[in-house]
Amino acid sequence: MTRGWLIAGFGAAALALAPVLGLAGLAAQGSGELWPHLWSFVLPQAAKETTTLLLGVGLVVSIVGVGTAWTVAAFRFPGRGLFEWALLLPLAMPAYVAAFAYADLLHPLGPVQSGLRWLLGFSSPREFRLPDIRSMGGCVLLLGATLYPYVYLTARATFAMQSAAVLEVPRTLGAGPLRAFFTVALPLARPAIAVGAALALMEALNDVGAAEFLGVRTLTVSVYSTWVNRSSVEGAAQIALMMLALVVALVALERWARRKQRSMSSARQGRRASPRELGPLGQALCVAICAAPVLVGFGAPALHLAGEAFARVRAFGMPPELFREAANSFAFASLATAAAVALGFAAAYAVRVCGAPARPALRAAGVGYAMPGVVVAVGLLTPLAAFDNAVDGLAREWLGVSTGLLLSGSGAALIYAYVVRFLAIPAGAIEAGLARIPTSLDDTARSLGQTPTGVAWRIHAPLAAPAIGAAALLVFVDCMKELPATLLLRPLNFETLATHVYGEAARGSYESGAVAALAIVIVGLAPVALIAKASGRAAVAHAAAGPAQAAAPEPA
Amino acid sequence: MTARLLAGAAALLASALAAPAFAAEVNVYTTREPGLIKPLLDAYAEKTGTKVNTVFVEKGLAERVAAEGANSPADILMTVDFGNLIDLVDKGLGQKVSSSTLDGAIPAAFRDPGGQWYGLSMRTRVAYVAKEDAAAAKGLTYENLADPKWKGKVCIRSGQHPYNTSLIAAMIARDGRDATKAWLQGVKANLARKPAGGDRDGAKDIAAGTCSVAIGNSYYVGLMRSGKSGPEQQKWADAIEVVLPTFKNGGTHANVSGAAVAKNAPNKDEAVKLLEYLVSDEAQGIYAKANYEYPVKAGAPVDPILAAFGALKIDETPLVDISKNRKDAAALIDEVGFDS
Repeated sequence: MTRGWLIAGFGAAALALAPVLGLAGLAAQGSGELWPHLWSFVLPQAAKETTTLLLGVGLVVSIVGVGTAWTVAAFRFPGRGLFEWALLLPLAMPAYVAAFAYADLLHPLGPVQSGLRWLLGFSSPREFRLPDIRSMGGCVLLLGATLYPYVYLTARATFAMQSAAVLEVPRTLGAGPLRAFFTVALPLARPAIAVGAALALMEALNDVGAAEFLGVRTLTVSVYSTWVNRSSVEGAAQIALMMLALVVALVALERWARRKQRSMSSARQGRRASPRELGPLGQALCVAICAAPVLVGFGAPALHLAGEAFARVRAFGMPPELFREAANSFAFASLATAAAVALGFAAAYAVRVCGAPARPALRAAGVGYAMPGVVVAVGLLTPLAAFDNAVDGLAREWLGVSTGLLLSGSGAALIYAYVVRFLAIPAGAIEAGLARIPTSLDDTARSLGQTPTGVAWRIHAPLAAPAIGAAALLVFVDCMKELPATLLLRPLNFETLATHVYGEAARGSYESGAVAALAIVIVGLAPVALIAKASGRAAVAHAAAGPAQAAAPEPA
Repeated sequence: MTARLLAGAAALLASALAAPAFAAEVNVYTTREPGLIKPLLDAYAEKTGTKVNTVFVEKGLAERVAAEGANSPADILMTVDFGNLIDLVDKGLGQKVSSSTLDGAIPAAFRDPGGQWYGLSMRTRVAYVAKEDAAAAKGLTYENLADPKWKGKVCIRSGQHPYNTSLIAAMIARDGRDATKAWLQGVKANLARKPAGGDRDGAKDIAAGTCSVAIGNSYYVGLMRSGKSGPEQQKWADAIEVVLPTFKNGGTHANVSGAAVAKNAPNKDEAVKLLEYLVSDEAQGIYAKANYEYPVKAGAPVDPILAAFGALKIDETPLVDISKNRKDAAALIDEVGFDS
């Protein structure tokens, strides 16, 4: 039985590694003749831009994510309940859509600069203009504003669970709230912040749409341009593998640096700290801190999209194919989510029951998240076609019929690509969720005659349900937004909302895609609201554990 | 609840994948934006009853068809840029077609002498010029764009975009690599902003006073000026004059969209019929009217918005020669750091 879980874990890993093998196959066909050119003219610049981008985005998401998480966790202010979930809204906003929206909003002809000119008394953009959003700075701010919720989500969960006793120590020793935050709360939350920041940085690294549009040439963009313009898919595969190796090494390094912190994060807590009351000025500051990221990462671009979408619908009517595309997006994202959660659970659970031997499988299962979507897709082309053509060959030989292409160019290939791309999310979240369940429960259940699978169903799945649910929702939103793999692998006559937006953007008429872009955001809102509700419920459950303490007066 | 959701999703999926039965079918893999070819394919489907299936694969069309191999359902490979089309044929993904209709309609310069690829429509790489600078841009050549008099006044999208690599490759074919490199450095020194965005952003940035001259495709002017893209873009189009630049002692650079019949096409006859339709007077008229492209067929009418740009003399550098220099063009863009 235990062996079954081990096999399932390695099965998930094998599925995730298939595109890496496909990629390695492509890379091996290359001669390397392109490398002198790449080293001289492409990679140093791309590496510099990538490093700057990642440092910038890392800084923005950490400051914004931690700042907002601490604000809603530690202080009482008007609208706190609203901001608690509203701060997650940017998750529903694809970075490429936000980039299109901001290019419009902040253009010298757009509403922001026109308004400023009017205020300042300038008549023409030739006299006064703001710096161009199409720049490194613009890209950092934009990706930071749409990706900070990853840090907010993990940091808030940790702050919400920090015990009051721990936080009261610095305060009784005379430290103010700021000092208490920096000396105790923040260091304790560091592992959670690192996890959130790592997710955000992977997303930033693998972004192509927004970076390319804003004129930032990252390594990922250079994988694209090597493939398409330098006409070398082999060279592109080589760069992609090099990047993958770098990312894997960085992740391993980060894990090694945190190796001693495991016991700290799992320390059990008593009663929770309750939020502090603030004066009117403090309350206003809290509202401003929370409102700004929601406005920048969601409110402004969403309102702009809504305005554009309204104008399009009024002028040209509803795009007739919109509902079918929305149904496609929804159906494929749902199926991929179900598959990813099942495989992620298998890989994480294998570690729970088999321990160390299953750990490499769990790590390998997450490899797709470290690769750009298009690289996963290109890597999958060869294995999928090899499988199809082998089955076809066998069928012709033994049965005298052709099965044609079973997976290539089918919906199954697309779902497979989504699963590989995002499997790291459920695998990691479920691993963390399971780690919170004491092993004594397993032993008790086993001693009462349960098999490991029985324990999984009856004990672990229900107890880890919040982690599983949150992971499922994140995967769903990511699949809804996914573009490059969808473009390459999809079946004939198949459009999703994302491909629709891209089709319009590709011919330079992104405003025509406004309706579909708004639809992506709207469909993404429901899961975001669910994540917020689920994590809110977890906090309530914690509070309920000690109602008496929670009601106790705040130490002065 | 979850089970019901999943069942619903599965039903939707099944309906998305189930193909209704048609008398004849033809499968088109295309790197052209779906909105640009849909009117043509719809017209063909209506006229003939043939079902046209499409998939827009912007990047990786060649890799996908090659991986699918003998079982590939692709009948027609259609590209937005002749360089990509010639690449597909060079990789052995096309097949020879003999059709007197195609040969009769398409001038020899715009098709493969070996019958493996056919040009279907054309667009020129033109200059959008701010109204107040129109006089200074009279008789503009591509070479002039490196002239210091345009310092800080030129806008262009990424040099690595196929529309630009094709223009630069044509210049390499005409003037040689060194002259082209010097030219690229000159243009870079004249840029008003980093190369980014799309061609229309050039017109928008002229309207905003960021630049005086922007390089863009001819059909965007039609789309903006006609009001098909909304009133805002009409304003951008009002801010510009279109100048047809030429190469020194040459003509205006044209890019050709085209198609090939896939090597393993399961419906080859249907594929050829569709290609023949695409060069018919009716289809060439749709290219001109719906997309503001230039027809390839001699004598087919050009849209009045495009005709108003003035007399067009297409540069005569053979497409195959341009295509050969595309890799070099991409390398030059890297070497001069054009995009950074």
